[in-house]
Amino acid sequence: MYSEKVMDHFNNPRNVGEIENASGVGTVGNAKCGDIMRMYFDIDEQGVIRDVKFKTFGCGAAVATSSMATELVKGKTVQEALKVTNKAVMEALDGLPPVKVHCSLLAEEAIHAALWDYAQKNNIVIEGLEKPVSDIAEKEEEEEY
Amino acid sequence: MNKMIYLDNAATTPVSEAVLDEMLPFFRQTYGNPAAVYTFASEARKAVDRARQQAAELIGANSEEIYFTGGGSESDNWALIATAQAYAEKGKHIITSKIEHHAVLHTCEFLEKQGYEVTYLDVDEDGKISLEALKAAIRPDTILISIMMANNEIGTIEPIAEIGKIAREHSVLFHTDAVQAYGHIPISVDDMNIDMLSASGHKLNGPKGIGIMYIRKGVKIRSFIHGGAQERNRRAGTLNVPGIVGFGKAAEIARETMEERSRREIEVRDHLIARILDEIPHVRLNGHKTDRLPNNANFCFRFIEGESMLILLDQLGIYASSGSACTSGALNPSHVLLAIGLPHEIAHGSLRITLSEETTMEEIDFVVDELKKIIKRLRDMSPLYEDFARAQKDTE
Repeated sequence: MYSEKVMDHFNNPRNVGEIENASGVGTVGNAKCGDIMRMYFDIDEQGVIRDVKFKTFGCGAAVATSSMATELVKGKTVQEALKVTNKAVMEALDGLPPVKVHCSLLAEEAIHAALWDYAQKNNIVIEGLEKPVSDIAEKEEEEEY
Repeated sequence: MNKMIYLDNAATTPVSEAVLDEMLPFFRQTYGNPAAVYTFASEARKAVDRARQQAAELIGANSEEIYFTGGGSESDNWALIATAQAYAEKGKHIITSKIEHHAVLHTCEFLEKQGYEVTYLDVDEDGKISLEALKAAIRPDTILISIMMANNEIGTIEPIAEIGKIAREHSVLFHTDAVQAYGHIPISVDDMNIDMLSASGHKLNGPKGIGIMYIRKGVKIRSFIHGGAQERNRRAGTLNVPGIVGFGKAAEIARETMEERSRREIEVRDHLIARILDEIPHVRLNGHKTDRLPNNANFCFRFIEGESMLILLDQLGIYASSGSACTSGALNPSHVLLAIGLPHEIAHGSLRITLSEETTMEEIDFVVDELKKIIKRLRDMSPLYEDFARAQKDTE
């Protein structure tokens, strides 16, 4: 069902944990659809993401996409992190089964949510960052009808 | 890796050796069509008759009340749709429960689109229907009550004899989906006033693709599969002789071994339940404590999601299942767990373990030991657990 990379990131997730006094924290997803992701960013004065941690409640794909997303944004600038899309996460994992694509969307949204929190805390505007949808499942459900 | 530990016997079971031995001659030697006139076919015919007798004995029925079908889902479809059609003049109301198998629920939804009305009874936190609610739901136009004998996910056994009595008193037909119960717990169609019953071969070490429908003499439902005159004009199609023979043998063995097998399974099951409840925090046993299938245990582990648990168990060679339908591609948790009142995030963390008579205490001890590590690992990465731990710390 899952690619080797997905299984690797599920079995050995990178960057699991919390960051005390993080620069930005974002939580997305909902328990109804069974996926919740939380990302912690430690961002320095130059706007570089020095450290990333995550916690995820969800299926194998949810854990793997969170893990991969943290790898992809670590060491990047805020602007670069903003360009990490769900497609990039999926490609880095050698793909996801169609029913699990929403997990990669959730991971992208978690990055945005953590950046949004960082911007709010520092009273800055990050160009190109829109207020994240915390509840991506609801958005998807609405789209279905 | 250790040897495989198969704990998904409610999903399916292996064909037992004795059953397979019984079936094999009917593939290549005694392959005659039982409907044929010549003597070569008579042996197959006799074998089918014997299997029908074996299938009937397990539930105290007469063999002419047993009809072979393609499995439990076909039997459920047949019972509901054919009853609805046959009794439409009397009324168009059906009563069932919210925790039925989809073979019943989706058939009910189909019938609703055909103009029938369906009442879906609630269940309590153990998964049992209320007899009072059942009585209150019966109307003059009610033609059928269909309540499963035992639930496939949480193992709860419904009060079938009481339901049958109520149905009889109100002259309403009673069908029960006994796919999980047949061969596992004692059934008497007469004592329980059952008019129709569905069962499937592969849940009791018989082959897949073969099932039965018991139809009490006098119940006037028609054919569902149209064609030849097989099964006394009620189910067309050349008889699946090897499957039927296998079903019969499996039913016979199930009847002979039921007492000892249940005793063993209950002993191992209760050990499993006791250890999990004692040794893992924030866990819930789903289903009734005592009125449950001998081989079923179902738990919800808070703060974690079922699929992750299944993958980690799989890597250890442990095969179980989760009510979390995420495993089957849907995002909604099990309708059964929601019906017993669990919130979504708890329902997502379910694990169903269904034993066989061969499951040992040692295997279960290994599974529990590993499960403890898996649960801890998943909770350590769960934001829900983090929130819970933080809230607890704050209240201290």
